[in-house]
Amino acid sequence: MSDLFEILFTAGFWAATIRIVSPLIFGTLGELICERAGVLNLGIEGIMTVGAMAGWMWVYQGGDLWTGVIFAACVGALFGLLHAIFTVHLCLSQHVTGIGITLFGSSLSYFIYRMLLPDATTPPKIEPFEPLLIPWFSELPIVGEALFSQTALTYLALLTVPVVWYVLFRTPVGLAVRMSGENPVAVEAQGINVLAVRTGAVMVGSALMAVGGAFITMSWFDAFYFGMINGRGWICVALVIFASWQPGKALLGALLFAGLEAMQVRAQQSAGAIIPYQFFLMLPYIMSIVAMIVMARKTKYPQALLVPFRRGERV
Amino acid sequence: MAAAPILEFRGVTKRFGALTANDNISLTLNQGEVLALLGENGAGKTTLMNILFGHYQADEGEILVDGEALPPGSTQAAISAGIGMVHQHFTLADNLTVLENITVGTESLWSWRQENQANREKLTRMIEDYGLVVDPDALVSTLSVGERQRVEILKALYRDARILILDEPTAVLTPQEADRLFETLKSITAKGLAVIFISHKLHEILAISTKVAVLRRGSIVGTLATKDAKREQLAELMVGRVVTRPKLSAIKRGAPVLEISDLTTGGGGSSALKNVDLVIHAHEIVGIAGVAGNGQAVLADILSGLIGNFTGSASINGRELAAGDPRSIVASGVGRIPEDRHARGMIGDMEIWENLISEDLRSSEISYGGMVINGDRARERATEQIKEFDVRCEGPEAETKLLSGGNMQKLILSRALSRNPSFILANQPVRGLDEGAIAYVQGRLLEARQAGAAILLISEDLDELMSLTDRIAVIYHGSLSLPEPPGKRSIAEIGLMMAGQTQNKSEELQGVGHGH
Amino acid sequence: MVIEPRQSVSIWRAGLAPVWAILASMAICAVLIAWAGASVPNAYALLIKGAFGSAFAIKETLTRSIPLIFTGLAVSVAFRAKFYNIGAEGQLYAGALAATFFGTGLITLPPALMILLLILTGAIAGGALLIVPVLLKTHLKVDEVVTTLLLNFVVLLLVSYLIEGPWKDPMSLGWPQAASIIDEGVFPLLLEKGRLHLGLIIAILFAILVWLMMRFTVLGYEIRAVGYNAKAAEFAGINVNRTVIITALISGGLAGIAGVSETAGLKGYLTLDLSPGFGYTGIAVAMLAQLNPLAVIPAAIFLSAVYVGSDAMSRAVNIPTYIADVLVGVSVLAVLCSVMLSQYRIRWLK
Repeated sequence: MSDLFEILFTAGFWAATIRIVSPLIFGTLGELICERAGVLNLGIEGIMTVGAMAGWMWVYQGGDLWTGVIFAACVGALFGLLHAIFTVHLCLSQHVTGIGITLFGSSLSYFIYRMLLPDATTPPKIEPFEPLLIPWFSELPIVGEALFSQTALTYLALLTVPVVWYVLFRTPVGLAVRMSGENPVAVEAQGINVLAVRTGAVMVGSALMAVGGAFITMSWFDAFYFGMINGRGWICVALVIFASWQPGKALLGALLFAGLEAMQVRAQQSAGAIIPYQFFLMLPYIMSIVAMIVMARKTKYPQALLVPFRRGERV
Repeated sequence: MAAAPILEFRGVTKRFGALTANDNISLTLNQGEVLALLGENGAGKTTLMNILFGHYQADEGEILVDGEALPPGSTQAAISAGIGMVHQHFTLADNLTVLENITVGTESLWSWRQENQANREKLTRMIEDYGLVVDPDALVSTLSVGERQRVEILKALYRDARILILDEPTAVLTPQEADRLFETLKSITAKGLAVIFISHKLHEILAISTKVAVLRRGSIVGTLATKDAKREQLAELMVGRVVTRPKLSAIKRGAPVLEISDLTTGGGGSSALKNVDLVIHAHEIVGIAGVAGNGQAVLADILSGLIGNFTGSASINGRELAAGDPRSIVASGVGRIPEDRHARGMIGDMEIWENLISEDLRSSEISYGGMVINGDRARERATEQIKEFDVRCEGPEAETKLLSGGNMQKLILSRALSRNPSFILANQPVRGLDEGAIAYVQGRLLEARQAGAAILLISEDLDELMSLTDRIAVIYHGSLSLPEPPGKRSIAEIGLMMAGQTQNKSEELQGVGHGH
Repeated sequence: MVIEPRQSVSIWRAGLAPVWAILASMAICAVLIAWAGASVPNAYALLIKGAFGSAFAIKETLTRSIPLIFTGLAVSVAFRAKFYNIGAEGQLYAGALAATFFGTGLITLPPALMILLLILTGAIAGGALLIVPVLLKTHLKVDEVVTTLLLNFVVLLLVSYLIEGPWKDPMSLGWPQAASIIDEGVFPLLLEKGRLHLGLIIAILFAILVWLMMRFTVLGYEIRAVGYNAKAAEFAGINVNRTVIITALISGGLAGIAGVSETAGLKGYLTLDLSPGFGYTGIAVAMLAQLNPLAVIPAAIFLSAVYVGSDAMSRAVNIPTYIADVLVGVSVLAVLCSVMLSQYRIRWLK
């Protein structure tokens, strides 16, 4: 037990937490934006896979890192568009569409990866994002290594939280997004195109999810593995509920989970002999369920979540 | 009066499949006028306004504002042309503030910040100018129905509307609130705005409008100046034939059937019931008047078996009500007509015969051992009920969602009445129906009364309550007044009670009512 | 763009919707095949030949369809009640765990009874796994999609632990796998050659049973009513929560039997690669079958043929086998679309 306690004071633990939290932040905020507009996006797992593959492949084929991130975001947005066409424009089941997008996105990623690299037995590597040491700050004890020696993509993730908050709660377009998730008819009656707002929100959200996936192959690791998203997308969906659809709380929730995972890796090394590693690996999934149970009673869902809007429909 | 009309419809036609909702409509509206659009439910009034506001696109014809053609199918264009609409069902987001609801869409979506200070100042000024009092920072969910309507009107005025459309605005108001709305409309027209007022209530139209256009089955059947219009003439124009609504006949009431005493639900709020007492006898219809959200829905849910969590007692024919158990309640002789026939009454995706067995699925008549459905018997019974209640459909295997509102209500009626219930809960039984269907439903209820049923009629339409009930009670903030015969209290008095501005429950509660 | 319901839906149009979906999916995959440099007609010919070209191929296709029939049934029952059980994969493994627990020597019964016992315990285990998600949905309104998905990972890790640890077969020479099912519990083969086993008969039997249940019983009525309109069902006196819970148990049970059938029928022992995503493919099966239990059988055989055939095809023309997964994913989306288009029409406005 004291071992675990000591872990909390090592810079390595905090550095790992901040690293692990980045894809969760992107994914959770992406899902949050979709749901704030009234669209549940269960394509997240597939879209993160697509982003992970697309970004990595871009760099592997000779592109540079940042355009790779942008490429991943664009591909993610494209999948978001697909999801929006089905759920927003054709009013099809958001649950089933999301699952379909996940199945399609993951399998397509694997197909393209194998297509382009048919013979690779050991996954080829790219040169990933380098840690970007912030002058002076990075030399601080613990905090320096944990917070100020990360890659640029991690800083971007942390920056996304206030940006998403500001846009959602302090700009006209954010108000339109939130209102689309509360009462789409009211938005339409004010002369705003609900379908466009929702489509845009789902595309932006999906782009963020894809960047979250790209982070894993381009900043955290340097290769693309099969099954590497491994349920992270679903955890993000749980985190949105845990966060009551608030970006700030989403960051807190994501940090909690990342901390748990970082701790888990370290505990495995020290306690692995006694407790089988599988039980450590189960923790994030079980914790996600627990998190939803804890918050279930308190949260106020966006009232029009899962409710399609049909223009010109006879009431 | 030679000025160009502010608004002109030219040959507007709109079809939904085989149905022509608006047929070649032409109308004009001038500044300062109040045009009443009169017609029964389903005549096409709302459709026409939805075309004007860009929710629908007309199949033929055009609309001119100040002589210029309005781009069809664009709410944005309608708003910028100065058209504002107050929908019958409020279009507000409950979890956002009044200010947010009003300002959404007023600023460029690509602006990086909201001009909250300026917006609030503009809104506060309008609230003062028009006397539409409401707190800009309140969450809409905390507002009363009347306040929500003010927010809707402010929303239109905030965007500099010059033509204000109100769709059945008084349906949810007390008579006094309605009077106050009329005052507001007068001050608005005095400032040069034009108003289109949609209603099917003749007395309102005679009171407020300057011009009346009567719609029937999608066509304009008459346009006349209000001062030349007579009530009977309008009624006949609207319905096209003489439909007499059934009248209450004198009959001696029987023994008590429904007995409620001290019924209370927790949770607080204006819809929680507080010590409700009520007795309804055989051969008697008791009406409940009240503004939506004052507890009538909760009372209906308890009597339907949807809510089982309450204190106090409710019994039917001396037997305690099976709390929270719809099936037992139905079996004990209760017929229920729910408020919303699409959401609660019928399952649109199932066939008619399936919907007609939903309440007694496990009875020995309908299923073997409560396990396997006797489809033959169920279809046979459905065929009988369809015939008895004159439901227009292709047969028991037709899909329910394809039925018209009136036919769907007849199905619900047949399910509720065919087992000769001793108590009938009728919650807004004629809402949204056309005159023919209204007369049919009301006639059936009166037949049931004749046959000895006790009936609780919950309605927002005071005229209906006055003409159809033996006694009327008023519900306000979960408290139910003593029921009195319709002759005993005027509509104005009932209206005051609906607003909580009177000592209800006779003398014993004197002083409880609060002032204005 | 306006979506309007059609006045009448012809049986042809409704019945053909999945066929259009399949054709659309194949067209989309044709793009990928062409991109991989293969001739599309040739590739699809190879796929069909691989799935149906010989007695062996047909038997293989039918064998692979068995778990898909079960998971397809599991999903179609659940989706009927709008209970989105995406956890068939985990429930399949739960069933396999139960079969391994009871079938590797703990109890020995005569063959018929032993098989019955394994099926029963597998069904119970599969259903039990859904208890937490369904209670969370009915009592706390927690979305079941996320909880059932998350449990898939948990169960898989549990299986991994058990077959690497306490349940590891000492005879397996270091491979992580559990002990073999005893002979009494193994499903007999239907034909002398090949791997086609009793599971197929059981699966078809269950499809018929589920169909009868949905169509003719009070429970089936209640499941449909709750799925179509829970509020109206509640008003009519149907206990919505109870119905959803029963639906979940049936659904989980069916998926659990898939695990039993794979363990005791096909492999003979539990491994981590028992299911290459049968639980997820079950969603596509159910969607293609439009949630009709009888139609689940051809839908499962079709998707099984896609998998078996694409193995053969990818060997011959060097296309990644993931093409089969792509087709499954696309078909879920395509069938959603085509079913909608059979009931609604889209009108484009100027």
